[in-house]
Amino acid sequence: MASVLVYLDHPVVPLSKPDRELLTIAAAHGDAVVAVGVPSVENGVAEALGEFGALAICLPTRELDQFLVAPKAAFLATVVQEVSPSAVLLDNGFESKEIAARLGIKIFSGVISDVVSVGEGFTATKSDLAGSYLATAKVTHGTPVLTIKPNSVEPQPAADPELPEQVRIQCPETGTVKAARITRRDNNKPSTRPSLTEASVVVAGGRGVNGDFSVIEALADALGGAVGASREATDAGWIEHSAQVGQTGQVVSPQLYISAGISGAIQQKAGMQTSKVIVAVNKDADSPVFEIADFGVVGDLFTVLPQATEEIKKRRS
Amino acid sequence: MHTAAEAPLNIVVLVKHVPDTQFDRSLTDENFTVDRSESILSELDEYALEAALQLVEAAGGKSSGGKVTAVTMGPDQAVNAVKKALQIGAHEGFHLNDAALAGSDAAGTSLALAALIRYIAGDDGVDLVITGMASTDGETSLVPAQVAERLDLPQVTFVSSAEITYDGDAPVLRARREGATHTDVLEAPLPALVSVTDQINEPRYPDFRSIIAAKKKPLHVVTLADLGVDASAVGFAGAWTTVDSAQPRAPREQGVIIMDEGDAGIQLVDFLESQKLL
Repeated sequence: MASVLVYLDHPVVPLSKPDRELLTIAAAHGDAVVAVGVPSVENGVAEALGEFGALAICLPTRELDQFLVAPKAAFLATVVQEVSPSAVLLDNGFESKEIAARLGIKIFSGVISDVVSVGEGFTATKSDLAGSYLATAKVTHGTPVLTIKPNSVEPQPAADPELPEQVRIQCPETGTVKAARITRRDNNKPSTRPSLTEASVVVAGGRGVNGDFSVIEALADALGGAVGASREATDAGWIEHSAQVGQTGQVVSPQLYISAGISGAIQQKAGMQTSKVIVAVNKDADSPVFEIADFGVVGDLFTVLPQATEEIKKRRS
Repeated sequence: MHTAAEAPLNIVVLVKHVPDTQFDRSLTDENFTVDRSESILSELDEYALEAALQLVEAAGGKSSGGKVTAVTMGPDQAVNAVKKALQIGAHEGFHLNDAALAGSDAAGTSLALAALIRYIAGDDGVDLVITGMASTDGETSLVPAQVAERLDLPQVTFVSSAEITYDGDAPVLRARREGATHTDVLEAPLPALVSVTDQINEPRYPDFRSIIAAKKKPLHVVTLADLGVDASAVGFAGAWTTVDSAQPRAPREQGVIIMDEGDAGIQLVDFLESQKLL
């Protein structure tokens, strides 16, 4: 069986859900082979990758972590030459898309991003125009390179897991000379909440929260979800910019999206309209968000949200 | 494409005409390309243009020989994005207009843009290629990375600040990128490709004088033949991907809307429970 190459920048245990999803898709279409951007993996990572079907791990001969994109794409191109996979899969984060893009040029192969499902012959279903269209696309030249959105598949452990073999692959010498690099990294204050793009529940606030995100956060925490915000709320400085959902922020596709105090203009809709279930709370009955809500409450978010939060806690205890 | 430290700063900004996001957008029935009949300069490109203008101003402005060139590719109406960029302050414009470009995917688009940038660079070189954080239409975000790859440039993307410093004589771009879990300081030797977010600046608006002045600025329309690019390498013919079908996602049906009469929070939780979301 031909192999399917999965690139995971720096996998850690437990494996993230997107990592497990990529392995699941790879194993369904061939022998899953993983390439990583670090010269050695921590204890337990090889076992964890094996558990989701990885048969081999390709490691670079040098640390690539401090570099951006180009040297990683160069390393991956070498792996593709050695392994001759039938496809290369990456996650849909911006750096992975950029690695995929550069890899595509290096190996003369078509690249498809924003993939939501992978079919026979690596036909890709992708979301277009911020999720308002679903398109079926195919790579017609070279080895398909696909970047896959989170929540595309249910992770499936391998029936017959093996401990993957670790293979060292020489990094091209040219790759790092002119590369962009990270010279300093400051960690933001750690959050106990799941990341916005991977969360299965997102609770988002907008202009209507008027500077006070506490009721949004309380409901998010009761549901084990992430906190999102409209551009108005992040521009006003009520919450960090990275919480922005919309065309100029994150595009999310959770099981449940609760929108509170957000009118739901096209700019915001573009970031959340592919959510499975949408709940909206807004004072204004004419808010466009109600047109796409599965359940809407015309009311004050400062009474509705705390009541819901309390009720959830009560039913769960 | 290298330039010496004391040489004037030469920046190319990639701009794009996109469907106005205030209106619903659609794909054409024929070949699933974006309908651009109601197009404007991508709002996100205005930040790129502003960043370029500020960098050139910081380096001594136009009198120092620094230059911002706005470039685009596409059919006739694409030129509007370049015209708007000239009004805002770009010094020169290029429009790559060639029927053979229709249907280009990221590989073809990046091939044509890379050729155009090389053409503009000529003997003087280009120090920076700046783009917006995404195009507000196709959103593949593959094109800037592929342009960088084809020109063998390092890329520094999604930055919220950017300045040029010197490592000895060698110009270095230093930028800041704010992520969800961490903030990075990034560095790349010039020439480089940079994409900027909407947090980097407040784009200026063209005033009456700059609109009039823009009419006198050089705007060049070039074809693939001018760039020495074979027509079969781009467009549908040169694409490495194909879109077989595209359907508008079924419109979301409006669900239940209730007025809060004191128990809406409870009803909301009932709904979540009925959807097995608790």
